[in-house]
Amino acid sequence: MGLLRALYYRLSTASIACYSATLKGLLANFGIHFCKATLTDSYFSLYLIVSEDSMKIHEYQAKELLAQYGAPVPKGEVARTPEEASKIAEQIGGRVVIKGQIHGGGRGKAGGIRTAETPGQAEEIARSLLGIRLVTHQTGSEGLPVNAVLVEEAVEAERELYLSALIDTSENVPLMIASEAGGMEIEEVAAKSPERILKQHIDPATGLLPYQSRNLAYGMNLAPEYVRPATETMASVYKLFMEKDCSLVEINPLVTTNGRLLALDAKVNFDDNGLSRHPEVAQLRDTSQEDPLEVEAAKLGVNYVKLDGNIGCMVNGAGLAMATMDLVKQMGGEPANFLDAGGGASEDQVTGALKILLSDPKVKAAWVNIFGGILRCDLVARAIIRAVKEKGLKVPFIVRMNGTNLEEGIQLLKESGLDIVFESNLTEAAKKAVSSQQSVLG
Amino acid sequence: MILVNENTKLVVQGITGREATFHSKRCIEYGTTVVAGVTPGKGGIKWEEKVPVFNTLEQAVKETGANVSLIFVPAAFASDAIMEAADGGIEVIVCITEFIPALEEVKWHYHLRGKKTTVIGPNCPGIISPPGKCKVGIMPGYIHKPGNIGVISRSGTLTYEVVTQLTEQNLGQSTCVGLGGDPLPGSNFVDLLKLFQADADTNAVVLIGEIGGTYEQEAAQFINSEMTKPVIAFVAGSTAPPGRRMGHAGAIITGSASKVSEKIKTLSAAGVTVVENLGEIGLTAKKVLVGLGLVRA
Repeated sequence: MGLLRALYYRLSTASIACYSATLKGLLANFGIHFCKATLTDSYFSLYLIVSEDSMKIHEYQAKELLAQYGAPVPKGEVARTPEEASKIAEQIGGRVVIKGQIHGGGRGKAGGIRTAETPGQAEEIARSLLGIRLVTHQTGSEGLPVNAVLVEEAVEAERELYLSALIDTSENVPLMIASEAGGMEIEEVAAKSPERILKQHIDPATGLLPYQSRNLAYGMNLAPEYVRPATETMASVYKLFMEKDCSLVEINPLVTTNGRLLALDAKVNFDDNGLSRHPEVAQLRDTSQEDPLEVEAAKLGVNYVKLDGNIGCMVNGAGLAMATMDLVKQMGGEPANFLDAGGGASEDQVTGALKILLSDPKVKAAWVNIFGGILRCDLVARAIIRAVKEKGLKVPFIVRMNGTNLEEGIQLLKESGLDIVFESNLTEAAKKAVSSQQSVLG
Repeated sequence: MILVNENTKLVVQGITGREATFHSKRCIEYGTTVVAGVTPGKGGIKWEEKVPVFNTLEQAVKETGANVSLIFVPAAFASDAIMEAADGGIEVIVCITEFIPALEEVKWHYHLRGKKTTVIGPNCPGIISPPGKCKVGIMPGYIHKPGNIGVISRSGTLTYEVVTQLTEQNLGQSTCVGLGGDPLPGSNFVDLLKLFQADADTNAVVLIGEIGGTYEQEAAQFINSEMTKPVIAFVAGSTAPPGRRMGHAGAIITGSASKVSEKIKTLSAAGVTVVENLGEIGLTAKKVLVGLGLVRA
């Protein structure tokens, strides 16, 4: 880390550029994304959407990190049993809030955040939350398991503000966003009243400058006693964002209460590509909040996203994988997954990826679509044979390959004697995958 | 031809690595002139008994006159390699390296501000010019054919699929460029469309987009106002669920504008022929170009 810091500050000494450019375009970010409603130059309606991807951690972990960096968070502690919750409530004293810890928003409306007047009540609420699957508008119908609750002092908020740090991919620099309209979804604020969203682009060589923090703090119309705590919180947020390779640090709401400024709810997401240099961050991953097949795929180093359909697709390369799913849909089917084994996958990876695909009980037909470049067709054929032999073949299996060593690949599949359909034409292969699944269902 | 051609003098950064060795050989087989390699600590040796290896890029440029660089160094060092190449006077940098942390990418973007260097990638297949017999990347060379179509894409294997279809229709390519799937790419569609519009060897452009970002919308705006050459487009990801990253770090639907339907709408409105069936890109391109009298039926 020290070395990286040194390298970082050795960067250009160019004078601080004035980033006057407005946010243009939908900026695919790691955590938050912006898009404009129209492509006119004169007017932008800005939407911020918090993405569901990149590594997430729980609220209590996010608050621990923020506290480590000096940002003010409410008194509280995480509990994994009702008894622990009672004990923490007693230590805090007075009213407490019990917050179910899941990787998903909308907990309040779903009954995942409740207030307790006494330690006994805190214990009761914790008992009712721990071990359940909480369903919110962000979790899907299966919900996510609550394995921990955060027990925290209850805070009467005077004002609810918003603060976040992320990368602006149109300017390729970090960006800090603040708004006096906190406590609601920020994309809503951006859509309805974009003028209430304040932005400061940050020079990566100098970091967040004190005047920029003041611009944001005074811009939020804070009472004088809150200005300094706010600018200090901004400095903490920026430092955390940079040092831990975050994709998003978001405090929403940041509240004022009796002279204190507090991060009442917080979200910290991480850039997956930065995790290798932060083993302490990688440890915070909670795989109970992720789909088991997706966890397995991640271990294997392949990209897998589970979908609602029943045609399993395995493809090499992300773009081709998406286009393959699209073709399934155009031919009247529904893809069961996105599965990109990688442009240069190994035989073990392809075999493993296929086994994941065949493990999904929803899959009623499997379609392998490979463009052999670096990845050779004969390697794919061997992987298919291995996977099918290990997992068994209960569904129709269609293979479409093209490119390097195609003939050897086809030959291997033929010789295997497995009931695999080979089809070289892309559209025909998609049709076969869709119709074979229909005949299975019929 | 754009960016690379028969005069390209390529330096490969990280040439002694396994992947780099494999792909550098394929580049040479295709016809690329590889003049130097850079691997700190291995300066003085000859790679594969023919290409001189230098400790620094500065030395490599000084000794060999290299003007294009191909980067294979590991993610932790790739940002440094890009800045080293740019500061060393390299005009076109192709970075193949995947998994570079975003904050590392911020560094080189910042460092290269105002410089004329073109960066393609990171996390991309690279550039190939069939008429120039020059391949600076990892794409399979044999699927390409010399001709007059420019190809720009955000993905790898999908581009190979499309190029194969073009070649099958006897539609050769002037240059094919893979921009890469990262959210902070060095170049975007508009940068490349400008070059293709100005390139005498290019008659038409095939643009392959995907969900995420508004690169396609920006391309549409440019096409509408500046392009006279026909553009045929395909956009992948109409079935991708919102909020999930589809392999590429930048491929994620995060609002209405990043959806395929929006991108198709904007491109169509700009006069672009948008193909919706992946299997029909080659055929459609042929039809459009025959219709315009740019190729024979």
